Amino acid sequence: MSAPLGRRGVLSELSRNRTLYLMFLPVAVWFVVFCYLPIGGIILAFKDFNYRDGILGSPWHGFRNFEFFFRSGKAWNVTKNTLLYNLIFLSLYTVISMFTAILISEAAGRRFKKVAQTFMFLPYFISWVVVSAFLYNLCNYEYGMLNRVLVALGGHAINVYGTPLYWYFILPFMYLWKWIGFGTVLYLAAIMGMDQECFEAAVIDGANEFQKISRIILPLLRPTMVLLILLGLGRVLRGEFDMFYQLIGNNSVLIDATDIIDTLVFRSLLGTQDFGMATAAGFYQSVLCFVIILVVNRVVKSLESDYALF
Amino acid sequence: MHFSSRRLGRRTSDRIALDIITYVILGVIAFVSLFPFLVLLINSFASEHFIINKGYTLFPRELSLDAYELVFLNPQKILRAYEVTLFITIVGTALSLFLSSMAAYALSRKDLKYRNVLSFLIYFTTLFSGGLAPTYIVVTTVLHLKNTLAVLLLLPMFNVLYIIMLRNFFQNSVPASLAESAKIDGAGDFTIFLRIVFPLTTPALASIGLFTALAYWNDWWTAMLYVEKQSLLPLQYVLYQILSSVTLAANVVNNVATLNMPKETLKLAMTVVSIGPIVLAYPFVQRFFIKGITLGAVKG
Repeated sequence: MSAPLGRRGVLSELSRNRTLYLMFLPVAVWFVVFCYLPIGGIILAFKDFNYRDGILGSPWHGFRNFEFFFRSGKAWNVTKNTLLYNLIFLSLYTVISMFTAILISEAAGRRFKKVAQTFMFLPYFISWVVVSAFLYNLCNYEYGMLNRVLVALGGHAINVYGTPLYWYFILPFMYLWKWIGFGTVLYLAAIMGMDQECFEAAVIDGANEFQKISRIILPLLRPTMVLLILLGLGRVLRGEFDMFYQLIGNNSVLIDATDIIDTLVFRSLLGTQDFGMATAAGFYQSVLCFVIILVVNRVVKSLESDYALF
Repeated sequence: MHFSSRRLGRRTSDRIALDIITYVILGVIAFVSLFPFLVLLINSFASEHFIINKGYTLFPRELSLDAYELVFLNPQKILRAYEVTLFITIVGTALSLFLSSMAAYALSRKDLKYRNVLSFLIYFTTLFSGGLAPTYIVVTTVLHLKNTLAVLLLLPMFNVLYIIMLRNFFQNSVPASLAESAKIDGAGDFTIFLRIVFPLTTPALASIGLFTALAYWNDWWTAMLYVEKQSLLPLQYVLYQILSSVTLAANVVNNVATLNMPKETLKLAMTVVSIGPIVLAYPFVQRFFIKGITLGAVKG
């Protein structure tokens, strides 16, 4: 087919498939309005925004928003926190989800398997608002279950909400608590999709249960694992705002240990209304995120091109 | 014979070892997953006096329904929050599902010349975004959506992953010949989608619809950013308000904060009331979610 080039080609394609393009239109409008207009709005990072003049009319501000963000000393701290927490989340999530999925696939009792999986998947369904209530019930200083148990055992009550150190453990724990069920379902789906003949052949050849796991299931899970890690790495700079904001809120004692880029942006937006700085920080995050995805994709492509995202 | 029985013995011992590991570890994980729900439910029936003195326990010795009474005594605001949440969940999910699958179907058609460009433009928004601040300014000053139900409906509406998943699903499971023969019979593209493709893919749509519904139901932060009017606040945000301040809890249920109001248990009762429907519906819908994840894992 030799379609005419240029504008006439575009127009004839649009009119030939106009129904299909119209069917795509609502989604297209949404993405233009809620994704591409805000990308244009990044110019706010270089402006001193005020409501009266709007986005285009507000005076230019050079690089001062970025200067403010980097000079305040917050930039490095939030970048470090975001990266570290999310890398810890991703690695623990991957290992434990895979491990749990293997255990479920190997568990003997059908009913036990089903009940265990049902309980594990339940936390996925509730909001972080509710999770924060759960954590409060367990950890609050005066009535929390943890302190009651500690005191009953003859120990001292601990001030969880006033001690940054504990949160390096609580946050990964709560992340896993909420997401393990989901991850397990994902990896279990991959295990269930494996060729049953492999297992039968292995049993005939005398493989024991542990050899079956290490020699067959784990290698066959690798493609799924690599793909999910790749997708996760693309989000290491964006992860889990909901969780940090709900579990910690505006607790000033914990802020240095638990502030991530998203919470910083959120606070400067709602609290100080510093739109310039918030945009600058968000832009910095987006660019860094984009670079990470490109680098990871390039590395994967050179190692094993099958796994590359694009 | 001797050889095979020895092999049988070895298999049994490693089977037993694996069984023990499996039962212990899965049992612990399942218990830990459920534990906070138990603490919440049990203590919401404890008396305020008991919680103040003894703290949260699994076996409160003084029971009371005071907190629930207080919640249901003056339920207008909570009912209103439920109404808002139900509305945005049902309407939002229906719109999102219909529009997403319609667009995904268009993208799945091989004869659509710009399908790859359009797919990429959608996918690109997951790689690079304007960020929260420009979005906020655009929504409030350009679109003027602050304090509207529309903002609660629109902002969480589309998910790139679901659109791509649906597109792949249409490509793989709806034969192109079906559309072609319908076209020969004189059906337009929209009719083909509505009459043939849409009914064929209901199971996949149901799974994605449930994920979308869950996202709407649990959304608190759209309201936090864009809604101040109390009558437009969805359930999760009202719950957040209540949990983050006790006086406000009093406000929601009674308008007067009395001294002997059960503050701690009131929070618990409110939380129970807000997650009740989800937890009750969960056993029945769980398998659709699992199916959806499986679909994404295989086809994504």
